[in-house]
Amino acid sequence: MKPKILIVDDDPSILLSLDFLLKKAGYEIFIARDGAEALDIIRREMPVCVVLDIMMPQVDGYEVCRQVKSDPLLATVKIVMLSAKSRETDIRQAMELGADHYITKPFATKKFLEEISQLLAD
Amino acid sequence: MSTWWVLAFSFGYLALLFGIAFQAERYGRKGKSLVANPYVYALSLAVYCTAWTYYGSVGRAAQGGMQFLAVYTGASLMIPLFWTVLRKIIRVSKVQRLSTIADFISGRYGKNISLGILVTVVSLFGIIPYISIQLKAISSSFAVLTGTDLGIQQGIGHDTALYIAIGLAAFTILFGTRTIETTERHEGMVTAIAVESIIKLVAFLSIGLFVTFSLFDGPAAIFEQLLNRPDLEHLLVFNTDFAYGEWFWVNLLSMGAVILLPRQFQVAVVENVNEKHLSKAMWLFPLYLFLINLFVLPIAAGGSLLLGKAVDADTYVLALPLAADRPWLALLTYIGGFSAATSMIIVSTIAISTMISNNLLMPVLVGVKLLQRRLATHFTPFLLYSRRLSIVLVLLLAYAYYRGVGEFYSLVSIGLISFAAVAQFAPAMLGGLYWKGGTRIGAVLGLSSGFVLWFYTLVLPSMAGAGLLPQSLLQAGLFGWSWLRPTALFGLDTLDFLSHGMFWSLGVNLLGYVFGSFAWPQGSKERNQAEVFVDIFRYSTVYESSIVWKGTAYMPDLRSLLEQFLGKERARQALVDFEKKYEIDTKASQLADPRLVTYAEKILAGVIGTGSARIMVASVVKEEEISLEEVVNILRESQQLLLVNRELRRKSVELKRATQQLQLANNKLLQQDELKDEFLYTVTHELRTPLTSIRALSEILHDNPDLDEAQREQFLSTIVKETERLTRLISQVLDLEMYESGKQQLDCSWCSVAELVEESVATVQQLIAEKNIQLQLALQPNMPELWVDRDRFTQVMLNLLGNAIKFVPEAAGRIQVSAYFLDGDFKFNVSDNGKGIDPALQPYIFDKFFQAPNQTKRKPKGSGLGLAISQRIIALHQGSIWVESQPGKGSRFSFTIPASSPENTSHEA
Repeated sequence: MKPKILIVDDDPSILLSLDFLLKKAGYEIFIARDGAEALDIIRREMPVCVVLDIMMPQVDGYEVCRQVKSDPLLATVKIVMLSAKSRETDIRQAMELGADHYITKPFATKKFLEEISQLLAD
Repeated sequence: MSTWWVLAFSFGYLALLFGIAFQAERYGRKGKSLVANPYVYALSLAVYCTAWTYYGSVGRAAQGGMQFLAVYTGASLMIPLFWTVLRKIIRVSKVQRLSTIADFISGRYGKNISLGILVTVVSLFGIIPYISIQLKAISSSFAVLTGTDLGIQQGIGHDTALYIAIGLAAFTILFGTRTIETTERHEGMVTAIAVESIIKLVAFLSIGLFVTFSLFDGPAAIFEQLLNRPDLEHLLVFNTDFAYGEWFWVNLLSMGAVILLPRQFQVAVVENVNEKHLSKAMWLFPLYLFLINLFVLPIAAGGSLLLGKAVDADTYVLALPLAADRPWLALLTYIGGFSAATSMIIVSTIAISTMISNNLLMPVLVGVKLLQRRLATHFTPFLLYSRRLSIVLVLLLAYAYYRGVGEFYSLVSIGLISFAAVAQFAPAMLGGLYWKGGTRIGAVLGLSSGFVLWFYTLVLPSMAGAGLLPQSLLQAGLFGWSWLRPTALFGLDTLDFLSHGMFWSLGVNLLGYVFGSFAWPQGSKERNQAEVFVDIFRYSTVYESSIVWKGTAYMPDLRSLLEQFLGKERARQALVDFEKKYEIDTKASQLADPRLVTYAEKILAGVIGTGSARIMVASVVKEEEISLEEVVNILRESQQLLLVNRELRRKSVELKRATQQLQLANNKLLQQDELKDEFLYTVTHELRTPLTSIRALSEILHDNPDLDEAQREQFLSTIVKETERLTRLISQVLDLEMYESGKQQLDCSWCSVAELVEESVATVQQLIAEKNIQLQLALQPNMPELWVDRDRFTQVMLNLLGNAIKFVPEAAGRIQVSAYFLDGDFKFNVSDNGKGIDPALQPYIFDKFFQAPNQTKRKPKGSGLGLAISQRIIALHQGSIWVESQPGKGSRFSFTIPASSPENTSHEA
């Protein structure tokens, strides 16, 4: 069975590229366009990994991360932040909330895939 | 009326005064001073109206008609000068701690002892008879009311005036000699005096109203009846034998008396709490004088008509209600007269007794070394007892005078002679206040010669007239020399009695003062005092430091001097106050600071008078003579120092203000800097998003040459779309930057609005059709042209239309566009049925990127900078743009632009 990965972003172009990349790398992909939808899918599908944008309408990425990491049932779900927010403070905030990895946009596709697979191998 | 009733009321009234004074002092101690208000001050000034006013005015009016008014017109004429003259006297007295007029004059002329004695003697001669006629007024009103004989004609034991005098002595001692510091105010006494002023006014108005409206049918009826009595015509007109000379002099005397009478000096200067109270007193006091004189003529006329010459006109106010069988009204009138008399007696006695103790007793005491050593430790009680003794002495003297000669005088003549006595102070007093050249010798010369002439031309004739001296003195003159006749000195026999007396006494006084001042030089101490008195408003704030003093003084000497007169505790407190004021440690050195010498002298002056204080201080310090130039220089220096200090303080305040402003500006800059940072960060963030897609998709295309055609097409078109987005974003940022920096200019022309709106709608027609949106367009027909920048104007409309299209729901979208002129303004609206905007976010919707700090919620896509730019464009057109929206129900964006001419539309940002 393919490992499940959830992609959360409000930008369709980014979803398009991530969907293609991760499918091709052999994962089963779910897509959410905002935080609320993402939390539904996480609880239903229990993905091994969530690729999470921060700036989204309604529920933002920080909030999703906080909820996932504070829920013992979701302890196995790894979170990779993928955001255009590149300031030190933004990254620290995400890590403090329990994010497992932080990648800033724009990213190099090969390196992105390497980091995902390495994270899942740990 | 029963003697006992009247006696009971008289003493009951005195008891009331005690009660009021006692309460007032209790309030004062609790810090709720009753006298610290201008009304009490103005009422206490009305101590000017004595029994003379109360009974005498009617008597005088019955004889001389309008003549009686001069005493009040004169006083009222002085009022406008209160603000300059009286305020200056108050300021000088407070600064120099002067407590009587004797202190004031002796203080001005180098704190001279002999001047103090002279003024005290003149006051005694002038005021004792005045006090005595108040006693007489009480006694004779008592006699009228009870229908008994005048007290004088009875044995001393049966004379009510004696008991009244004793009662008043008790009151004055109790409330007038509370502390040894005479400069301290007597709250209880002043409150009682103010209440007495109210009582006498109410009583006099009552009797006036009674006579005018009850005995007669109003003032018109009285005067009508008067017209039928040619023998009473003099009441109403200034006829040919009207004494103009006397009129003039009484006016002038009253002007002086209102300040120079010892009791007036006491209430107006010593008891003054705040100089500002003067401004209210300046209209309240004349108002009081007006009211209390309002019914004098009607009462005099009524008395003359009803009672005639059979009754002494001085007692009309009592005789009229008695004749009408209104004993209670008569009693009220009696109490009114009683209050007029007692208030005068109380205040005058305090003032005179202070003069006696400070200007007669003290100088002798401190002058005799032996006495001084004897009293060294008991000074404070000794002072108090001597002052109390003085009070008893003054009242005894007044009583004796009343028993001895009072019978022969009318109220008015004694009053005027008193006025004439204190008028002798005018040259030394006013000269001293405004002329630095006035000297001690001039003052002594003027005052003593004026006093002698006053006695010779005014007192002697009165005594002769009363049969106390042989008439031959008047007819033949002293020693039989006819040029020494008291009423026609040097053959001057064309003036009336008062004018003659005033001409000689005041004339010679003035000449003596001026001559003496020019003929003999001023001493150094005098110079100093002259400088301080005349320029008091310049020096009053730097008093101690501006006093010129040269020499050596030792701390222990000064301290023991203060302890001797103030007691250990008060002396210690005084030194502590001094140390605080000047931030000097008095224990640091055996030598006393020169300012401390002045300070100690000032403190002592408040206790024993200026002259005595001078002697005491001089006895413990070694003083050096000082020249006029030095005096002036030191005064000027301290003045300049004060100015420099003030300037420095002003500068430092300015500096502080400037610092605050800088801080504020800096904060603002920092804030703007932060905003700028935030903006840049948001811009880069916005740029990263399309860039991310472009890079990722490009890499995918590069790494996967085997993509199928459809996917390849999709990725490529997305790349193109994201590139466009990037471009748009960049140009918007640049645009906004142009508007923000003010570089963007409008290129305006007259445009048809309808045409522009239709063009804009046509531009988005394609999108509308794609989303299947219903669009309604409502244009007002025949709209006038508008002066706008065609492209920018269209840009705003397109932005609003574009947003609406983006946010309306798929398939069921509805958009309404309307454009019209309202009140001369062009208005454009775009309504949609989208999901609306959260009210909390509405205020930020026109911000660039609509970023609150550290925003993590994304704004609905694509609306990045459009609204921010639209807002700036509309602002450049002098219009405004806003949104109304309810979540779930849609939004309405509107803007207005004033339909203005090219002249007043700004072409520049």
